[in-house]
Amino acid sequence: MSQATQDSVREDGLIASVSGPVVTARDLDARMNDVVYVGDEGLMGEVIEIEGDLTTIQVYEETSGVGPGEPVENTGEPLTVDLGPGMLDAIYDGVQRPLDVLESKMNSAFLDRGVDAPGIDLEKKWEFEPTVSEGDEVAPGDVVGTVPETVTIEHKVMVPPDFEGGEVVTAEAGEFSVTEAVVELDNGEEVTMHQEWPVRQARPSTEKKTPREPLVSGQRILDGLFPIAKGGTAAIPGPFGSGKTVTQHQLAKWADADIVVYVGCGERGNEMTEVIEDFPELDDPKTGNPLMARTCLIANTSNMPVAARESCIYTGITIAEYYRDMGYDVALMADSTSRWAEAMREISSRLEEMPGEEGYPAYLAARLSEFYERAGYFTTINGDEGSVSVIGAVSPPGGDFSEPVTQNTLRIVKTFWALDADLAERRHFPAINWNESYSLYQDQLDPWFVENVQDDWPEERQWAVDVLDEEAELQEIVQLVGKDALPEDQQLTLEVARYLREAYLQQNAFHPTDTYCEPQKTYGILTAIHTFNDEAFKALEAGVPVEEIQAIEAAPQLNRIGVQEDWDAYIEDLKAEITEQLRELY
Amino acid sequence: MKEYQTITEISGPLVFAEVDEPIGYDEIVEIETPQGETKRGQVLESSEGLVAIQVFEGTTGIDRNASVKFLGETLKMPVTEDLLGRVLDGSGQPIDGGPEIVPDERRDIVGAAINPYSREYPEEFIQTGVSAIDGMNTLVRGQKLPIFSASGLPHNNLALQVARQATVPEEEGDDEESEFAVVFGAMGITQEEANEFMEDFERTGALERSVVFTNLADDPAVERTVTPRLALTTAEYLAFDKDYHVLVILTDMTNYCEALREIGAAREEVPGRRGYPGYMYTDLAQLYERAGRIEGREGSVTQIPILTMPGDDDTHPIPDLTGYITEGQIYIDRDLNSQGIRPPINPLPSLSRLMDDGIGEGLTREDHADVSDQMYAAYAEGEDLRDLVNIVGREALSERDNKYLDFAERFEAEFVNQGFDSNRSIDETLDIGWELLSTLPKSELNRIDEELIEEYYQEDAETVEAEA
Repeated sequence: MSQATQDSVREDGLIASVSGPVVTARDLDARMNDVVYVGDEGLMGEVIEIEGDLTTIQVYEETSGVGPGEPVENTGEPLTVDLGPGMLDAIYDGVQRPLDVLESKMNSAFLDRGVDAPGIDLEKKWEFEPTVSEGDEVAPGDVVGTVPETVTIEHKVMVPPDFEGGEVVTAEAGEFSVTEAVVELDNGEEVTMHQEWPVRQARPSTEKKTPREPLVSGQRILDGLFPIAKGGTAAIPGPFGSGKTVTQHQLAKWADADIVVYVGCGERGNEMTEVIEDFPELDDPKTGNPLMARTCLIANTSNMPVAARESCIYTGITIAEYYRDMGYDVALMADSTSRWAEAMREISSRLEEMPGEEGYPAYLAARLSEFYERAGYFTTINGDEGSVSVIGAVSPPGGDFSEPVTQNTLRIVKTFWALDADLAERRHFPAINWNESYSLYQDQLDPWFVENVQDDWPEERQWAVDVLDEEAELQEIVQLVGKDALPEDQQLTLEVARYLREAYLQQNAFHPTDTYCEPQKTYGILTAIHTFNDEAFKALEAGVPVEEIQAIEAAPQLNRIGVQEDWDAYIEDLKAEITEQLRELY
Repeated sequence: MKEYQTITEISGPLVFAEVDEPIGYDEIVEIETPQGETKRGQVLESSEGLVAIQVFEGTTGIDRNASVKFLGETLKMPVTEDLLGRVLDGSGQPIDGGPEIVPDERRDIVGAAINPYSREYPEEFIQTGVSAIDGMNTLVRGQKLPIFSASGLPHNNLALQVARQATVPEEEGDDEESEFAVVFGAMGITQEEANEFMEDFERTGALERSVVFTNLADDPAVERTVTPRLALTTAEYLAFDKDYHVLVILTDMTNYCEALREIGAAREEVPGRRGYPGYMYTDLAQLYERAGRIEGREGSVTQIPILTMPGDDDTHPIPDLTGYITEGQIYIDRDLNSQGIRPPINPLPSLSRLMDDGIGEGLTREDHADVSDQMYAAYAEGEDLRDLVNIVGREALSERDNKYLDFAERFEAEFVNQGFDSNRSIDETLDIGWELLSTLPKSELNRIDEELIEEYYQEDAETVEAEA
């Protein structure tokens, strides 16, 4: 959280009442959404309602022991984040306080109150290399230089969007801290590596465009059947235990974005620890560098204060937009947006607002769409192109998708990955239901797959979808009469569908090879199953009994393709073997 | 300390009093009734001139003349290593007739959140000796793994079995064995149930390394909101200050949530689903998230909360919110129970999220993950086929399907069913797993690494089964 404004305190008020995270103050001169410091300990809070001389504040920290009469200080500024080099490889709480700094400042493994810290290290010196020279004209958003932020990412220093711009007077290479001016303009404006931005306000851009490139995730069911675009939005709803978090982690690990912002919103502490421990040891599939070098983590676990849970989503998306402005493709994972909605509900009920559906505030739908609309494929204000893709997990109570958060989310997002408890119970992972899920980006993205993977990508996918659809219909009959009562060709279809499910749709996130599957391999597996299908039906037509077809030794090998490193050769051999063994039968 | 005789309203567990000084939120209050009885409470809402107080011991006997005293501090738990072996009531007073407790320290029971950055990821396998847990839903140190049960099911026996048998298989050369302790928090359980636990603790000598908090069914409901916090504060002290590996058993979380609802209703709050307060997720998280490990500290807090699902319904808000916070769940199944399977754990809906990192070579055994995966898939398939058998009969099914049906039968009868007194090592558990898996043809074992199949698959198992 930004501290630069602490000395510009405008007016003091006094606490009138305290009820959990909601505090009211009397005689406080404040605007909506101003950040205030509450009580003797200076707990951070935000103004959320003003009525007469009573101001209502949501406090981002535990309020035990705080009482009426204690002072409230107004900073006169809305909640902002510090933007600049040092955000990658960092882990923040919901109001952008770095958790590692808090640990050393508090000297405790437990989170204490009233300790603040800037979001980026204000002292650290960075190696600045200007990309403009004296006499150049620069406008807001223009890149004036670069800083090697991590091994993977070159941080671009930009003229802040609220500057006027002008002619460069000085620009020199050297070591600077983020608060020192690196470029000076003729109108006296000084560009530093540090910007502040209010989290609830989207950063400006020139134009939002139709996304045409997929965010390749290395997950077969996602890339193969339900792709998301760079700049797209997706929702992953599912009951507990169906694999929301693992899917989000897989995306954070393997998606081919330049930058990943991972927001753990109201989720488990141990899960965040897993990310902190795992990511530095994993390699980015694109660059081979540690994954942390492109990742920013925001952890507001379920037991951390509820108001900060409400703000963590905004903190995350603002950071994502900042890297987008540099021309990067950013992917933001929010796990889980339901906890965010619940935080809104909790605050709303403490304000005694009239509730909408299931106790959620009436503005739930508006807030959700505002958030998802900040995603997109943009032309930035400096004319570059960048994207923010948003993937939100949803945790519907009882796994019931008809509840308000899921429904309001589905009205906005274009990709829907429905997680299914039944699949999870039989350890079919990822437990994404292929009959319910959809992606509205398919048509936009097909040209990319045709060009970069294989000409008949759309046709192969359609074939798989058809087989799976047919299986779903046949299963209903099987439930009544048993498999053996079906005609032989339908039995064979079921067999093919079984391989589609086991070899293609299932993917082991914990297997070192299978965890990431490039689109070429995804395609390869599909063609191998297709080969089995074609050859098997030929054999069937030639009069071979279906039992014999099912019994060929090569077919179960299909399930092993996923774990093969040298998959290309393996698939070719397997296709030949399957063909040979089936043709031997007639 | 000022005393007030200014009570203006008494409603359910709540008392409203006028004050002329600022009172801190969450502060502790003592109320003395005209009969000389002292009751404790906590400030729920504090505004200028008026406070709302939640009384732990019930408001019976309080009238407008009762005197109210604000202690100027939030609720604290006196902690010391000497608590081990003691039995306390639901608000932390000793009830075992033992000596007075001399605390080392008094700790705030709300408990600050562990900084996620300071946590250590739990990956030390705890052997509970129960195959359905060790083999299929492995528990690790620092995990929170609830038991989802329902009325009339033997969840207490399972909890006791785990408390009795839980060990960490010793590593060679590791002689710095940290001690193991149990903190038991009972909320609203009956005297009989409490006796059952106490007798077992005494019989097995476990009481010496346990701290017991009991809020019984006829104790005030509001006190239940405090009991688990006292228990967890004690557990954190033992774990992170005294290096114990603490297993916290909380039963029954359903009663805790009922108490939350009661307070919410008395405060006339806008209710969430089924009348439970909208902040129940946050409230439960503040309990469950107190499990874990901290980098650089020896001890750990592992939680096994027990809850009874009203109407066996796991979409009820209590199990639902719990499942979203905890790292998995163990389901006790009514059908299995009536079939005489002990413990009646249904592995299919059960889950341990931390399992993957706690098992495998060097931790349990190299084949653990694959075996567990394969058994899940095979049992799920067998379960599905049972529906079909009811319609078409076994004869109409293929040989392959019949093998899966047999597998499901034997899985329940031999793997899950072991009795509450048997303690199986992880090797035994996995060996039984292989014995069952070997009744399926090798080509069906598509989730197991080929090398592992070579090593462990029992070639003759299939024929033996066929002859029988």
